[in-house]
Amino acid sequence: MDATLTIERLSKSFGPVTALDDMTFDVRAGEIFGFVGSNGAGKTTAMRIILGVLSADVGQVRWAGHEVDFASRRRIGYMPEERGLYPKMKVGEQLIYLARLHGMSYAAAVAAARKWTERLGVASRWGDDVQKLSLGNQQRVQLAAALIHDAAILVLDEPFSGLDPVAVDVMSRVLRERADAGVPVIFSSHQLDLVQRICDRVGIVKSGHMVALGTVDELRSGAAAQLVVTAPAAPPGWAAAIDGVTVLAEQAGTATLSLERGVDDQAVLRAALATSRVTEFAWRRPDLTELFRHVVTAHTAEEAA
Amino acid sequence: MTKESTTVAAMRAASSATGRGTGSPADLPGDTRMSSVESIRLIAARELVTRLRTKAFRVMTAIVLFVIVATVLAFHLLPGLGSGTQSVGVVGGKDIAQQLQSAGTAVGLEISASTVASEAAGRAEVASGTLSALVVASPTGGLTVVVDKTLNPTLRGALTVLARNLALNDEIQTLGGDPATVGAAVAHAGLDVQALHPPRTYNVQNLVLGGAAGILIYLSLMVGGQMVAQGVVEEKSSRVVEILLSAVRPWELMTGKVLGIGALGLIQIVLYGVVGAGLALALGTITLSITAAAGTVAWLVVWYLIGFVMYAFVFAGAGALVSRQEDAAGVIMPVTSFVIVGYVIGISILPGDPSNSFAEVMSVIPLFAPTLMPMRLAMGGVPGWEAALSLVLAIAMIPLLAALAGRVYRNAVIHIGARVSLRKALAR
Repeated sequence: MDATLTIERLSKSFGPVTALDDMTFDVRAGEIFGFVGSNGAGKTTAMRIILGVLSADVGQVRWAGHEVDFASRRRIGYMPEERGLYPKMKVGEQLIYLARLHGMSYAAAVAAARKWTERLGVASRWGDDVQKLSLGNQQRVQLAAALIHDAAILVLDEPFSGLDPVAVDVMSRVLRERADAGVPVIFSSHQLDLVQRICDRVGIVKSGHMVALGTVDELRSGAAAQLVVTAPAAPPGWAAAIDGVTVLAEQAGTATLSLERGVDDQAVLRAALATSRVTEFAWRRPDLTELFRHVVTAHTAEEAA
Repeated sequence: MTKESTTVAAMRAASSATGRGTGSPADLPGDTRMSSVESIRLIAARELVTRLRTKAFRVMTAIVLFVIVATVLAFHLLPGLGSGTQSVGVVGGKDIAQQLQSAGTAVGLEISASTVASEAAGRAEVASGTLSALVVASPTGGLTVVVDKTLNPTLRGALTVLARNLALNDEIQTLGGDPATVGAAVAHAGLDVQALHPPRTYNVQNLVLGGAAGILIYLSLMVGGQMVAQGVVEEKSSRVVEILLSAVRPWELMTGKVLGIGALGLIQIVLYGVVGAGLALALGTITLSITAAAGTVAWLVVWYLIGFVMYAFVFAGAGALVSRQEDAAGVIMPVTSFVIVGYVIGISILPGDPSNSFAEVMSVIPLFAPTLMPMRLAMGGVPGWEAALSLVLAIAMIPLLAALAGRVYRNAVIHIGARVSLRKALAR
């Protein structure tokens, strides 16, 4: 049995509001799992239940086959959505304190705090109160707080929001490194290009329920492929006239098309050539952002129906 | 704990959790089974150290110490407060000074009478405040008393006795008797009062000490209690509580905070008590025995500890209900009102009537005992059984309040946002 984090059939309501509805997924050891969904979809609630900060109405969180208890929860590195540090405590002291609360000796805590402030580029702010740091730097300290006790599980709620590109790279590298060390890593984000780039698997949440789950490739291949045709001089709306073709997007001569089953793509090409010169003609899979939009709106339509 | 045993413990914890061998993330350092005692110790130490370092704490302590020292010095320097002795100057007639002193004894007033060279010199001394009064015996037998503003009523009694004595002496002499013989005979005539319920006599110094004890304990409970509540709110408003609760249990966090801030208050109250009582003893402002003064300080500390622990958990529970400092006052107020009521009853009733039965009953009720009992103990005259009863009741109350407050805290502390209703926090 490996150190897989299993989230099984979690449900949670706050009064009349259903935050989680029978949510099931797992995060395998050594895997980075991207948790995406609209605002209020239930990502934060799920993470807080994993942490034990909230308790679920129904369902279970297991780690390596055992229900997560207080002892195993202490091994989780957590970064809450609303950042949480003592504003009037110095960076170094604060990290040492948090490391010690997780059971590290003083010497080990100091060494770890030094290591992570160095690594995350906030070593020069060691003696400053957290409140004096910029938001980006506070976030680096927050990540250091999640990593400092060599967490066996990482649960990060929006770790990338508000970071500059350099910090995003550092953060991505650190997450990959921890995953390579065998840690299940789960993080939520609205930056889908980033999720697509660094996650091994992705789960899309909608109204407290997992509506799509798999590797980015699996999700993309499961979705209908799109035909991209660029004919700079073509009159707008040229493709809409073809039978069985839906125009998904049309901008500056580039049309993104969805073809019904049985429609010949070469016929589309001929139609495009009939208008003017074609500079691009390619099949491609929708990216995560499009997929996300599709999944979320599709389910909304379903609900409305 | 040695490094080796840490690793062993971590591995044990890891193998029970994962069943995997070396190389699994579960084998990383960090003893997951760190004891609650260790967690509480770390939390308490942080509270104590970070607060000791703040400027607010140092300034506040310095101000209170300054007020204490200034008060002791004021009592020491103001005439007539340090001791009850009245200085009276006498012009004309040497034996009048002596008779005045015995007249003072008859009315229970210590009089230091001295002969003054001239009336003018005496008036000057009264004006400057060195003399409370100047007595001028006129050749006709009457007494003229010169005072700065008003005549001390007890001194007036003594002087009246003196005037009557002088008149009586004249008559005795006229009748051929010896005033000295009559005086000696009269001096021994007195009343033997047998009270069925003798009231306790209270020393003024004890009353002052009691008032001081009340103010100190009130101040410590109010400041310490609000510090606890605001500390809880600070952790909620900065959201750090979520991080903390991923490492420690709610009751550990609450207990650590209460103990840390309690230790801070203990340092202060011991400092105040020792400096205040020590200075007063050294200057002779109070003439109590050292054991009595030490007893007052010791009771002060004991009742501070009981009172603080009793109230602090409640303050922590109250603080957990809100997420913003602006909302803290609303939930703290009901708790502070108990502290205030006890204090106000004590400070308004006890100095004038130390054996007041209402205050006596209130001082045994746990929530009011921490403010009232130390005042009564400093004033003296508390029966042993009453002191013991209030102590036992108050100590018995602590686990009840702590359990209740712990429940509120646990249920409310992670609810960020709107104020949590008490009913909701007590549910489950």
